[in-house]
Amino acid sequence: MTKLYVARNPRVAARSLDGEMMIMSGRDSTLFTLNKTATILWQSADGSTTLDEIVKLRICTEFEVEPAEAMQDAENLARELAGHGILQISEAPIPQGKAVAGETR
Amino acid sequence: MSGLLEELTAKALKKNVPLCVQMDLTYRCNERCVHCYLDHDDHGEMTTAEIKRVIDEMADAGVFVLTFSGGEILLRKDFFEILEYARLERQFCVKLKTNAIMIREHEAARLREIGVESIQISIYSHRPEVHDAITLVPGSLKRSIDAARFLKSQGLRVIFANVLMIQNLQDYKGVRALAEELGIECTLDPTVTPMMDGNRSVLNLGVDHKSLREVFRDENLVGNVDEFCAIADPADEDSLAALPCSASHTACYISPYGDVFPCVQFPLPTGNVRTQKFLDIWRHSDRMNEVRSIRLKDLTTCTSCSHVGSCTRCPGLAFMEGNMRGPSSQDCDKSFARTGVPSANMLAKSRAAANLVQIRILPPSVTAPVAGALA
Repeated sequence: MTKLYVARNPRVAARSLDGEMMIMSGRDSTLFTLNKTATILWQSADGSTTLDEIVKLRICTEFEVEPAEAMQDAENLARELAGHGILQISEAPIPQGKAVAGETR
Repeated sequence: MSGLLEELTAKALKKNVPLCVQMDLTYRCNERCVHCYLDHDDHGEMTTAEIKRVIDEMADAGVFVLTFSGGEILLRKDFFEILEYARLERQFCVKLKTNAIMIREHEAARLREIGVESIQISIYSHRPEVHDAITLVPGSLKRSIDAARFLKSQGLRVIFANVLMIQNLQDYKGVRALAEELGIECTLDPTVTPMMDGNRSVLNLGVDHKSLREVFRDENLVGNVDEFCAIADPADEDSLAALPCSASHTACYISPYGDVFPCVQFPLPTGNVRTQKFLDIWRHSDRMNEVRSIRLKDLTTCTSCSHVGSCTRCPGLAFMEGNMRGPSSQDCDKSFARTGVPSANMLAKSRAAANLVQIRILPPSVTAPVAGALA
């Protein structure tokens, strides 16, 4: 299976409110809130930890969930967040601090 | 307010989180607007390091929306360093308020690169002779409009903020047309704020009831005029339990000298971030907590007013009039202009005035000695 790396998009605004992330897209100022699972994914998305490691070490230890099922859900979630410009996904490690190119209103 | 934002605000309120802060980086300015409430001298602004520390403390306290304003923010040589720190190091949603006359292509591109939610530019008229006579800077309208174009060309969200006064009363339609042509949002505010030292002479620049009444009946501005100008239903128990506004509940203001107030328009000092932790002031200041404790039902005069359910009453303006639980006359004026019904405060004032000017004709036996004494 291909390893996926995920990184927070530095162009978004983000803050934790009562354990859940508020995120404002840098692309169009759309506001999102992340549930607890998505918040863990976001907070762990450092560009150097793979998605399966995040699932294994952070999500499966926090929630009672089968690793295979959790991995599928996490990948879907990561791709959805990437679609909104909130996360970056790559098959190679992502250096932090790099904004997603071409983002504009 | 969007549903999600409303939900987050409710959660922040419940958890006592200061979701939004306005931080004025300087009171210095390169314009001299005739209605401005600020003292533009520098009395010891916070340093870059101090501001970054406060930004850290605000991030840790849960502040999400940070508005940088002034004075003119770009007069600070470290402005971009501060902005970059707030945005990229501490992930704030940043809004800017500026006259924009120092924003050219380069600055617009930098703002785009760093990423800001919006840039609000003060525009008083679409006509240079009117706008520049308010800012007292020749050529300022052209520079501000050029800046708005540069910012738009970078894909940034720009908002024109138009303060309505006697001088520019006829021009708000022109400003809105200009905004529309440029693809820019536009706000209109008839509130002139008293000077920070309490001087209220600038209020004479505000528009009168009759003019405001006409503005409030412009359907291009307010939409459904009947709906906008309708008198609200009598307030029930629930609406009287409501909060007067977000000041000290989910929002506050920090001056360039580190003073913390409930709002930019509420000059009640609650602490100073140079000597205290931001969160300690937010949570434990007696004054902040006093403001926080006020509900609509606690207001003197306003509770019995027919406008209480729909009034835009600003607690800060009320405070500047002498009582944070009292009415704000400027908002009474707005309610009256909107509905034609005088507020409870206006009625009380007119009764008091009637008592003051009442002339009683005294019988000649009483007046004669007085006249004689003066002779």
